[in-house]
Amino acid sequence: MQKRIPIKNPAQEIQLVTKRAVVACIIIGISLFFLVARLSYLQIYKHPLYTTLSKKNWLDLVPLEPTRGLIYDRNGILLAENIPIFSLDLIPYQVKSIEKTLTELKKVITLSETDIVQFQKQRKQLRRFDEIPIKFRLSEEEVIAFAENQHRFPGVMVKARLMRHYPLGIPFSHVLGYVGRINQQEMSDINLTNYSASHYIGKLGIEKYYEDDLHGTVGYEEVENDASGKSIRVLSQVKATSGKTIYLTIDSRLQTFAAQALTGHRGAIVVIQPNNGQVLAMVSEPSYDPNLFVSGITQKEFQVLQQAEDRPLYNRALRGLYPLASTIKPFVAIEGLDSHIITATDTLHDPGWFQLKNSSHIFHDWRKYGHGTVNLEKAIMSSCDTYFFHLAAKLGIRRIDSILTQFGFGQITGIDMDHELTGLVASPEWKRRVKGIPWYEGDTIISVIGQGYMQTTPLQLATAVATLATHGKRFIPTLLLGDKQPGKQYYSQPPLTIGEIHLNNPKNWDIVIQAMEKVISSREGTAHRFGPHPAYTIAGKTGTGQVYSKNYMRGSQLGLPEKLRDHYLFIAFAPIDNPQIALAIVTENSTQAVSIAKTIIDFYFKGAANGHQLSKTAL
Amino acid sequence: MVINYLKQRFKKPQNDLRYRSLWQYIHIDIILVLCLALLFITGLSILYSASNQSLNTIEKQALHVGFAFIVMITVAQIPPATLQRWAPFIYIVSISLLIAVLVIGHISKGAQRWLTIGFLRFQPAELLKLAIPMFLAWYYHRIHLPISTKTALISLPIILIPVIITAKQPDLGTAIVLLIAGSSVLFLAGLSWRLISLLGGILILCLPLVWWIMYDYQRQRVLTFFSPDRDPLGKGYHIIQSKIAIGSGGLFGKGWLNGTQSHLHFLPEHTTDFIFAVCGEEFGFIGCIILLFLYTLVIARGWYITLYAQDTFSRLLAGSITLSFFVAFFVNMGMVTGILPVVGLPLPFISYGGSSVMMLMVGFGILMSIQTHKKLMTT
Repeated sequence: MQKRIPIKNPAQEIQLVTKRAVVACIIIGISLFFLVARLSYLQIYKHPLYTTLSKKNWLDLVPLEPTRGLIYDRNGILLAENIPIFSLDLIPYQVKSIEKTLTELKKVITLSETDIVQFQKQRKQLRRFDEIPIKFRLSEEEVIAFAENQHRFPGVMVKARLMRHYPLGIPFSHVLGYVGRINQQEMSDINLTNYSASHYIGKLGIEKYYEDDLHGTVGYEEVENDASGKSIRVLSQVKATSGKTIYLTIDSRLQTFAAQALTGHRGAIVVIQPNNGQVLAMVSEPSYDPNLFVSGITQKEFQVLQQAEDRPLYNRALRGLYPLASTIKPFVAIEGLDSHIITATDTLHDPGWFQLKNSSHIFHDWRKYGHGTVNLEKAIMSSCDTYFFHLAAKLGIRRIDSILTQFGFGQITGIDMDHELTGLVASPEWKRRVKGIPWYEGDTIISVIGQGYMQTTPLQLATAVATLATHGKRFIPTLLLGDKQPGKQYYSQPPLTIGEIHLNNPKNWDIVIQAMEKVISSREGTAHRFGPHPAYTIAGKTGTGQVYSKNYMRGSQLGLPEKLRDHYLFIAFAPIDNPQIALAIVTENSTQAVSIAKTIIDFYFKGAANGHQLSKTAL
Repeated sequence: MVINYLKQRFKKPQNDLRYRSLWQYIHIDIILVLCLALLFITGLSILYSASNQSLNTIEKQALHVGFAFIVMITVAQIPPATLQRWAPFIYIVSISLLIAVLVIGHISKGAQRWLTIGFLRFQPAELLKLAIPMFLAWYYHRIHLPISTKTALISLPIILIPVIITAKQPDLGTAIVLLIAGSSVLFLAGLSWRLISLLGGILILCLPLVWWIMYDYQRQRVLTFFSPDRDPLGKGYHIIQSKIAIGSGGLFGKGWLNGTQSHLHFLPEHTTDFIFAVCGEEFGFIGCIILLFLYTLVIARGWYITLYAQDTFSRLLAGSITLSFFVAFFVNMGMVTGILPVVGLPLPFISYGGSSVMMLMVGFGILMSIQTHKKLMTT
C-alpha cells in the first residue's frame, strides 16, 4: 500500500470541503422540505380538525338551568316555590383524593354521616365532571368558613342554587308530589340536552305529570376558558326559558282544613266541583313532608316512611281500593227506576233477610229484624239491604255493571296524575278469568250492597257523586286550573266533559237525590247525626265497608282490634239544586267519615257565605 | 462551476486592499447582521404576543440580545489565527468546567448544568458548542485532508466525552447539538462515506444502550414522541397542544396577539421551547414559511462565508457553526411540529432566554471574523 505523503494541498482541501458543503446543503434542503411538508399537512390539510380541537379547548358551552315553574292554588296561594340556597359542591375530576378532601372538609364544615353517604351515592350515579352536592343549605357562617379555606380545596366550591320548596308542606304532598335528583332510568326517558343543566325532575304528583310544562327550556352561554378550566368571559348567551307557572284547582285552605280534619285517621277525602270536574281538595292521610325528598332523603328516613304501618307514602285518594259498600245503592237505584223494574212507590216487606229461589243461603240485612215496609226512598234513607237484594235479583249483574260503568267505576277517571288505579266493576267474565270460577247469583246479590268484588277509589267515588249531582254530566276530574308562561297569555283549562248519562225519565234523578237528602235530614237517615245545616241543602249516602266479615253486626265493633273495624264511606253533594261541591270520604277502621265530612262542608260554605271567593282570583 | 470560480478567485493577484469597505474595517459582515437583526425583530414581536404582551419580558430579551450583539462584534475583532491558537486551550478549559459542574455544580431545575463564577452563571456545555468544532478544526488544519480512519478514531473521544457528560447532566438537547457540532466538522473534513455508514450503523446498534443510559423522563419523551396520545394530559400534552396551535393557525393564522392556545395557556412553555407554535398559530403557514426563509438566509450567508474562507481551520469552523445553527432551529421546529421527539431546545433568537443566544452570537462573531479578516485576497 502506498503511503500517503502528508503535504497539504489547499486547492484539493477546498474542493473537498466544498463538496461536503454541497452534500450538507442537500441534506438541509431535504430537511427543510420535510418541515414545510409537515407544516402544510398541519396547517392546510388538517386545519379544520385542529381548528375544532382548538375551539374545544377554549370554547365551552355552559348550559343554563331554567327556573322551574311555580305552582299556585286557585286563589293564588303559593304551593311550590324555588328558594335560593347555598350548597357545597365537588367536581370529582378536579379533586386528587376525594377521601382526603372530605376528611379535611369536615374540619371546616360540619358534615354528617348522612351527607357523606348521600354524596357517595350520587357520585356513583353522576359523571366525573358533574358538580355533586356534598351539603345542601349551608348556613351563612359555613359559607364564610369555607370561603376562607377555599384555596385548600381545589374542585370544591360553594354554589348558589335554587331549591324546590313546598311552603305548605305535608297536606299537599299527595297532590303536588315532589322533585328529586334525576336517576339513571329517568335519564333514558328525557331529552338530555334540555336537562343538561337540570338536577331535578318531578317524581310524583303534579310535579311529575306537568314536568314538561314546569321544567322550561334550557339556555346556554358560550364561555371562553383558559387551560385551568377557568371561564374568562362570556361570549354569548341564550337565556333559559322558565317553566310555566301552574295554577291548581285546589283550594289550599280547604285542602289544609280537610287534611287537618282527617288527621289521626287513615283515609282519603276528595272534593270536586260537579259542574266542571275541578278538584278542590284531595287529601290522603297520613301524609309525609315532600321537602324531605328534595335535598335527597336518606335510606333510613325513607325506610321509616316506607315501612310505617299507616303507609304515609300511599296515596289513598288515587290508589286506595275500597269496597263501595252502601254508597253503591243510589247508582243501582237509578238503574232500577230507569229500567222500570221498580217505581218510587213500590213497597216490600223486609223481614231482615233475603233468600234466593232454589238456594238455602240467607242474606241478612244489617238490621237484624228488618226495616218493615220499605219503599225506594226508605231503602236509600236507612240503607235497607233487603230491598236492594230484591232489586239485584231482578236487575241482574249486567245491568248493575252497566250503570256502574256509566258512572265511571272500574276505569280510571283520567285525572292529571299518574298511577291512578281503576277500581273494579266485577263481571262474570272477570270472575272466570281471574278467579277461575263461575259467577253465582249470590255474587250479584252481595254486589248490590257493595260487599262483593266491586272496588273503587275515593277519587272515582267523588267523580261518580259529581255526575249524580249534575244529573248525569260527566267531567274528567282535573287539578289544572290554568297555566301561564312568562310573557304569554294565561291559559285557562276548560272543563273536560266526557259525555252524559241520559235517563229515559230524567225525573228518576230527583227521586234518588231526594232519598239521599233524607239520608241526612230524616231522623231515620243513616247520616242523621250529620246534624243541622242551615246554610245549604245536601244529599248524601253512607257506606260501611266490612273488614272482618264474621262480625257483621254493628254494635260489637268496639270490641274488635282497630284494624279489623269497618271502613266508613260517605258521599255527598251540596247544595242540591245547584251543586257546588261533591265529596267522597273514606275513613279506614273509623266511624268518623260523616262528622269529618260535615266540618269540611260547613267550612266550605262558611267561606263562601263570608264572601270568600273560591273560584279563580288573584292571578 | 463554483469550484472553478473559487479556483480563479484563488489565483487572483493579491492587490485589492483598497476595496476593503468600512464594514470590513470594523469586522462586521453587514449582510449577516441584517439577517440576524430581522430575525431578532420578528422574534421580539412573537415573544411579545407569547408573553401575553409583557413589556418586561421584551425589555429583558432586548437586553439579552443587545448584549449578545456586543459580544458578537467583540468576537468578530479577534482574527481567526488567534482563535486557532487558542482552540486547544478553550477545549481543555471547557471540558474541565464541564467536569467541574458535575462535581460542584448547582442543582437547577433538577439538572446539574449551571456553574457560578462570581456573578456569572453559565453552562459549560454551551461553551463546548464552539470549543469542540474549534478544537477539531485546529486539529484537522494541521493534517492532510481528507481525514484518515486513524484521525477519525482519535476525534471520536474528543466529541463523545463531552457529549456523554452533557447527556448525563442530563441535558439531552445540548448533548445532541454537541454531537452534531462535532460530527459536522468530521463530515466537512472529508470523513469517508464508508466510515460514516459504519459509525451510523454503530450508532443505530447502540440505540438500545442509549435507551439504557437515558433517564426515565428522557425515555418518557421518546415514548411520547411515538404516541403522544398515550398520556394526553401528562407527557403528551405539550406536543398535542402544540400541534393544535399550529394546525389551528391555518394558512394565514389567527392574527398577531389573537392566538387562543398561547393566550389561554393551553400551550405550555409558549415563551421558550414551544414559541414556534405561537408563530404557527398567529401567523399561519405563510408566517412560518417567512420565518423559515429568514433562517435560511442566515444559513446561506454562513455557507457563503464557509466557502470563501481562507484556510482549512476557518472553513471547517465556519461550516460547523452554520450546520449547528441549522440543527438548532430545525430540531426545535421538528419537535414543535411533532416530527422529532421533544428535546429541550430553544428556537434560536425567538425563544426567551439569554444563555443560548449568547453562544450563537459568539459563533456568528467568529463567522464575521472569518469573513472580515481575510488577507491579500479580499473582495
